[in-house]
Amino acid sequence: MTIPKRQFDTLIIGAGGGGLRAALQLAQADASVAVVSKVFPTRSHTVAAQGGVNAALANVTEDNWHWHMFDTVKGSDYLGDQDSIEYMCRAASRVVYELEHFGVPFSRLDTGKIYQRAFGGQSQNFGGAQATRTCAAADRTGHAILHSLYQQNIRAKTHFFDEYFAIDLISDDKGFILGALVMEIETGEPLLIEAKSTLIATGGAGQLYRTTTNALINTGDGMAMTLRAGIPLQDMEFFQFHPTGIAGRGMLITEGVRGEGGFLVNSDNERFMERYAPNAKDLASRDIVSRAIAIEVREGRGCGPDKDHVLLKIDHLGADVIKKRLPGIRQSSITFVKIDPIYDPIPVYPTAHYTMGGIPTNRYGQIVVPEKESPEVPIPGLYAAGECACVSVHGANRLGGNSLLDILVFGRAAANHIIGYLKENRYHRPLSQESVDKAMQRLTRWDDKSPGESVDEIKNELKKVMEDHCSVFRDKQVLKDGIDKVNVLSDRLTDARLTDHSKIFNTARVEALELENLMDIAKATVVSAHAREESRGAHSRVDFTERDDVHWLKHSLYYLDGQLEYKPVRTKPLTVDTFPPKPRVY
Amino acid sequence: MKLKIYRYNPSQDQKPKMQEFDLGETAPGMMLLEALLQCKNSDESLSFRRSCGEGVCGSDAMNINGRNGLACITSVADLKQPIVIRPLPGRPVIRDLIVDLSGFYQQYRTVKPYLVYNDPKPEVEILQSPEDRDELDGLYECILCACCSTACPSFWWNPDKFLGPAALLQAWRFIADTRDQATEERLASLDGPYRMFRCHTIMNCVEVCPKGLNPTSAIGKIRQKMLKQSL
Ligand SMILES: Cc1cc2nc3c(=O)[nH]c(=O)nc-3n(C[C@H](O)[C@H](O)[C@H](O)COP(=O)(O)OP(=O)(O)OC[C@H]3O[C@@H](n4cnc5c(N)ncnc54)[C@H](O)[C@@H]3O)c2cc1C
Ligand code: SF4
Ligand code: SF4
Ligand code: FES
Repeated sequence: MTIPKRQFDTLIIGAGGGGLRAALQLAQADASVAVVSKVFPTRSHTVAAQGGVNAALANVTEDNWHWHMFDTVKGSDYLGDQDSIEYMCRAASRVVYELEHFGVPFSRLDTGKIYQRAFGGQSQNFGGAQATRTCAAADRTGHAILHSLYQQNIRAKTHFFDEYFAIDLISDDKGFILGALVMEIETGEPLLIEAKSTLIATGGAGQLYRTTTNALINTGDGMAMTLRAGIPLQDMEFFQFHPTGIAGRGMLITEGVRGEGGFLVNSDNERFMERYAPNAKDLASRDIVSRAIAIEVREGRGCGPDKDHVLLKIDHLGADVIKKRLPGIRQSSITFVKIDPIYDPIPVYPTAHYTMGGIPTNRYGQIVVPEKESPEVPIPGLYAAGECACVSVHGANRLGGNSLLDILVFGRAAANHIIGYLKENRYHRPLSQESVDKAMQRLTRWDDKSPGESVDEIKNELKKVMEDHCSVFRDKQVLKDGIDKVNVLSDRLTDARLTDHSKIFNTARVEALELENLMDIAKATVVSAHAREESRGAHSRVDFTERDDVHWLKHSLYYLDGQLEYKPVRTKPLTVDTFPPKPRVY
Repeated sequence: MKLKIYRYNPSQDQKPKMQEFDLGETAPGMMLLEALLQCKNSDESLSFRRSCGEGVCGSDAMNINGRNGLACITSVADLKQPIVIRPLPGRPVIRDLIVDLSGFYQQYRTVKPYLVYNDPKPEVEILQSPEDRDELDGLYECILCACCSTACPSFWWNPDKFLGPAALLQAWRFIADTRDQATEERLASLDGPYRMFRCHTIMNCVEVCPKGLNPTSAIGKIRQKMLKQSL
């Protein structure tokens, strides 16, 4: 069978904020860009981001990028790479002003400048008073950004492949990545997209967990594709649980709610965060607030008939502020739990939210792997940006408002690097048929009509296993059992079959391909978590409660065969002094 | 709980049929999308689009008991049973509840839905007063779900010529933005008997918009602005 082929300078897999920011930069530089997305671009999960994007614009309180950098390094529990963090924080203001010029309808201050709100983990003067750094369009910032970026891409005439599912990366005989095999979902037909450079921007893997703020499409496809191409995944044990998902349902209630003055209470109506973080209180870092909530519930101070959640109070802000600044979360709360936060508190509990780990890259978005001479050798022509990547600016714990910033800054940086790469690599290379065949097998494997277990069952069990074995608190035995259970599920998946073998818009087939990806990510996550014998950021071990900088100030690298390696943290910033590890108090 | 769902797979079926599902007792507070996912669990060939599950991505627009809406924010408790679910009306069906929205997206592109700013860009933000920014509320929130356009009779009759409520709402979103510098071109491109003037203010669009937006009022404002300009 000959597979139809298209050729572009650059293939971007993913049309979220990361992919679209990169596409725009490339299209404006007259490169031919193909953007592949399994959903129509504005349905990508960036659309769900609520609270805002960080930049030290100093529109409300005094601020500068260096303070932002300090907060980010501290927030990362010192696992973040300080060169990337400096780069991101310095670029932040420019990137946000660009967004504004693209048309993003930011909320405004009376001065006419962009509205900024307080978010967790933000300080002035290296740990001093609360900063106000998060630029917001009400509580729909992601929607506003994603739509504006898509709109400017329409203007720039980017080629979109909407509702195409990327199956696997394709290489030549020497192992250069030269694009991807994709499937047009509407027809079920394969297509080869050949490119001189490829950028992976497929977002996170929040579907690993049963209760999650993430969309059903967040299945870590790009990370799994990269693993299969022989590249390791970095720091996968660090998965962020957001303190305030709607209890039992998972919909996010943005940290911006606490930034606007909301706070958490337990069943004694106590503002308990004052005990855990005397200064920052409800605006401490996410890992800290999530653990505090879990402890309150575990010690019997949870609310509701099952005492299984805490309450987020905002009624004291008044109807006007809530309607103007937080209309989206008010609507969500009314829709999903029939509670109007103007009058009553919202039930919340820590909920799976963000994949800190991912595809290892440097600050140009180049994917880097360890080779003999160095722990970070770039792979020519292959890039990753956004939540699927690990630059690493978030280290062990991401600060709210830093992910939108990450996807924009590094989407743009990757595009700029690609523009240079294309100048030196003008011609397409021949594809390896073997690599095409291997990718096709992933698709045809699901045409097998013999009987077998259904995909859905395995998916539900996987999410439960991850929730029970790799959640806010972890220990050796629980994690070990988790690894065993995931392995059993993984074996079962090889024997799973579809009953629907039709071609046209076969969503069952897409879900099967997604589950295979998710399975590899689940393994990467539990195996990396089991190995790391310390507590750092979001990775909290009951059996190793302290951070251990002597042994563990290093990044994990997980390979598809289950092997782990480690590489040093880049502690040297670009121009300023290193922030050395210190105890983290808020 | 009982549902009747429109099924059609063009590669297998001569014509569409309605399939019944019975989910028995369901959890309180269940949303229709969760019910559909359960149906799919029992018959994996049932196809529909979905992603965010919270009414922000616009994927799962469908016709629910005769009215367009998003399954993920429609509570099943509020629906008469059996819940009858069909694809959005007036668009070619690709399969089951999935319709071809390419025409809808094309109309969106036609109104040049992007900010045009021709002056040299400042190093900082283009200033905008909170009052001017308020003009964009009720416009920028559109999630392109197509509930409105596929409920609009003028759109059914003239899908090639009439732009439909969603595209027109976006046209106004940029005209209303004090930062945009292409108002005249925008107004000129909407003139003529069809592109905008086919709207007969039937208000179906307003009634179904899951985000509570008001395309009819936006269309009215474009008309007013045109009138002012022509005076
Ligand atoms: C509810 C919620 C609220 C948030 N709020 C904030 C906030 O206020 N501030 C902040 O900074 N961060 C926030 N975040 C985090 C932030 O929104 C995300 O990390 C970020 O938007 C991810 O962007 P992305 O471009 O990397 O990926 P995404 O936006 O997830 O896009 C991924 C893209 O890849 C495509 N794709 C994936 N797999 C495939 C495949 N196999 N084939 C083809 N295409 C594929 C998808 O179709 C999609 O286009 C929030 C996250 C959530 C879940
Ligand atoms: S008001 Fe106009 S746009 Fe809205 S449904 Fe009626 S005819 Fe269509
Ligand atoms: S105006 Fe409302 S109904 Fe129409 S596409 Fe936008 S969000 Fe959907
Ligand atoms: S699934 Fe996103 S709007 Fe319903």
